[in-house]
Amino acid sequence: MQFKTASSPHIAQHNSVQSVMYKVLLAMIPGTIAMVMFFGWGVLVNIILASVVALSCEALMLLLRKRPLKPYLFDGSALLTAALLALALPQLAPWWLTLIGTAFAIIVAKHLYGGLGFNPFNPAMVGYVVVIISFPREMTQWVPPLLEDYTLLTFSETLRVIFLGELPLTYGWDAITMATPLDTVKTQLGLELSISEIENHKEYGSMFGSIGGFGWEWVNGLFLASGLYLCIKGIIDWRIPAGLIAALLVLSNLFALYDYASFTPPTFHLFSGGIMLAAFFIATDPVTAATTTKGRWLYGAGIGVFIYIIRTWGSYPDGIAFAVILMNMAAPLLDYYTMPRAFGHRWNEFPHHHMGDKDEE
Amino acid sequence: MSNSRHLWHFHGGLKLPSNKAISTASPVAKALLPKRLIVPVQQHIGEAGQLQVKVGDSVLKGQVLAQASSYVSAPVHAPSSGKIVEIDELPVPHPSGLKALSVVIETDGEDKWIELTPILHPNTKSPAELRQIIRQAGIVGLGGATFPTAVKVNTGPHAEIDTLIINGAECEPSISCDDMLMRNYARDVISGCELIQYIVSARHCLIAIEDNKPEAIAALQEIINEKALHTIEVITIPTVYPTGGEKQLIKVLTQKEVPSDGFPSDIGVLVQNVGTAVAVHKAICLGEPLISRLVTVTGEGVLQPQNMDVLIGTSMSELIEQSGGYHKDAAKLIMGGPMMGFTLQTDHLPVTKACNCLLVENTAEKTPEAMPCIRCGACATVCPAQLLPQQLYWHASSKNFDLVQDYHLFDCIECGCCNHVCPSQIPLVQYYRFAKTEIWNMERDRIKSDHARIRHDFRQERLDREKKERDEKLRKKKELLAKKKQAEAAAKEKDGAPAEVDPKKAAIEAAMKRVKDKKAALKTEKDDAASPTKKSSDEKNTQE
Repeated sequence: MQFKTASSPHIAQHNSVQSVMYKVLLAMIPGTIAMVMFFGWGVLVNIILASVVALSCEALMLLLRKRPLKPYLFDGSALLTAALLALALPQLAPWWLTLIGTAFAIIVAKHLYGGLGFNPFNPAMVGYVVVIISFPREMTQWVPPLLEDYTLLTFSETLRVIFLGELPLTYGWDAITMATPLDTVKTQLGLELSISEIENHKEYGSMFGSIGGFGWEWVNGLFLASGLYLCIKGIIDWRIPAGLIAALLVLSNLFALYDYASFTPPTFHLFSGGIMLAAFFIATDPVTAATTTKGRWLYGAGIGVFIYIIRTWGSYPDGIAFAVILMNMAAPLLDYYTMPRAFGHRWNEFPHHHMGDKDEE
Repeated sequence: MSNSRHLWHFHGGLKLPSNKAISTASPVAKALLPKRLIVPVQQHIGEAGQLQVKVGDSVLKGQVLAQASSYVSAPVHAPSSGKIVEIDELPVPHPSGLKALSVVIETDGEDKWIELTPILHPNTKSPAELRQIIRQAGIVGLGGATFPTAVKVNTGPHAEIDTLIINGAECEPSISCDDMLMRNYARDVISGCELIQYIVSARHCLIAIEDNKPEAIAALQEIINEKALHTIEVITIPTVYPTGGEKQLIKVLTQKEVPSDGFPSDIGVLVQNVGTAVAVHKAICLGEPLISRLVTVTGEGVLQPQNMDVLIGTSMSELIEQSGGYHKDAAKLIMGGPMMGFTLQTDHLPVTKACNCLLVENTAEKTPEAMPCIRCGACATVCPAQLLPQQLYWHASSKNFDLVQDYHLFDCIECGCCNHVCPSQIPLVQYYRFAKTEIWNMERDRIKSDHARIRHDFRQERLDREKKERDEKLRKKKELLAKKKQAEAAAKEKDGAPAEVDPKKAAIEAAMKRVKDKKAALKTEKDDAASPTKKSSDEKNTQE
């Protein structure tokens, strides 16, 4: 009898890129629902808009690059990029902002570098950086989370704002958008107010919840919970978020201890802005992260350090995108210098001369 | 059965469904004596043996067919009595469907042994004598490596073996021949352990068995208790693939790591498979060479999975037939286990010493197209060699053979764990095999070109030397000629006439005369006589 031949191993396995991506997407649902509840329909509109753009761009690029559509278009990676970027954008950002950011992420940051698995920088964060640098004003159109003085727009009102730029008659931009808590803290600290003064300020005080920004603490809490679930299931590597959170905690504690009046407290850092989304869903993008055990600790910690630096002394309110891209650049180097000791080898056996060779060339 | 010993872990590994129960349900079946036996001359790592028989010879069971040709070599024996009908290059079980020199025996059905010389009291023999018996019995590592056992147990005068590990882990799914061997031949296993322990003078012996084989553990423990052996211990180890890998097993039992460029004996350990232990027992205590082995015939593609006691050289197709035949969907025939075994194109191949399992799988699942690596690192998490498989893949696929070696490609044991967990379904092991082969080829070419370069250098040196010698000769000749001319000139001056016809004679005479003249000149005409000698010495100086 004649048989087919194949290379070992012969056990079929059922893990797939697709299932990894979709599990991560599913885990983002609770936090996203919280965002919709606090910040309105704009969150959902952004996600849908970004997804449509991302899938269209992905299909276009696959066709241009003569790659098979089916396995790549539905591998979930484009959807994940879209979702992450959409969650990072202001809820009432005009439609073209989302379109430009997403299209740049998929076309330039992902496909021009070789597509899935070959992009050195996190596409969603590249898209974000492009729009925040190009359109700083539009990027401040954040909706305040369900505060007394502010009313959430209805779904149709939201659509009109995003696609037509038409505000409902009764509201002005100031009535429906405001600076984020992180932004406010930064501005007010610049005006020589102390942390406690800001937290008890008649105008801004209501922005702060019990541990983080109002509303934000819920969003972050839910992303933390589902992120932990992904870690336990081994779908994402726990070392990256652990390193990120640890670095942020250490730095914010140190500075808060040094001067609690002018440095924001650690809990506020952790539960404001997109920290948990960044720690568990953005920084853990395996393609652009370090891959070794030690490298992942350092990679996460590096992002944490840069977030703290940019938030505290930088000119942008939240520095997640910049921090992630800076560490993306460092990932290959981290991998190289944190290679694990192979079985039966002593430490420090790895010949580093190849790096040197390349420099000389 | 209590297991008080502390065990360690190796990095990574996998929990796999064992699929062993389907082949252990029925007792070990003795395969029918086949009409034809095809015995490949080389069934071991090392040099092929030298044929001792020719077509037409009658052989007895256990008679040597090929003798070991060098130190790292092993003989093969006739598995049954009969007549040699063919000696030719025939297909052997090999991943690439190779042919190799094989002896075909038409069996006579009598199964008549040669005269056996069992050793009743092995401890009266020296380890060297016992090693010789193992060597002549053609025993090779039966765990799959097929390295000649006599070489492995000759650890040399410098390596002191503290721990002998008998590997009964059998970590690959589906395979159960070692399990059945331990259950049914526990006494022989223990006897083999004692013999090897004696040969390598190991302080103690650990028999390592995965905890999914309670019957085997109990059977061995019973014999140990009965014989009151204090230096042999059965150790139950957790079932994790590939804990049966030599280096992994040593780590689990001793915490020690075999150096990457060394051998287990460097850290005082020797590992032997349980099957090898039984073969050693048979060779020494019964005088029987290695002519049969247990083979697991299993998989969903076989109707009656079982373990069989099989003569080396039996056709695989006969074993399948005796195991109920193929399932109608049978599509893939694997020699070895599902993780490290290789597929065969046909079942018309002989069972060899290395063949521990025939695994038949049904309709080969369509493997999905490989996606790009997303660097998730799942492979590194499971790699028992603590490598970075995805970096290896990256550099292997871009043919960067320097970097791939920096990432320790040659520490890869090809266990397939990385392959198994890869979400992108990349056939990683295939890439590593490719890179290894390429590097071996390059190494071979390099050695060849090194040889060529050395040859060229030697030739160049020889040519230079010859040229120098020629020049020297020429120079001397010229010098001589110059001297001769000088002498003739001198003679002309003295005699006023040319010298006689014989130039040799004239030269001698001239030389004699010159000496005379010199002596005379020393006293009277100093300048005249000294000039030729001085000139020649100057010439020499410039040439040097």
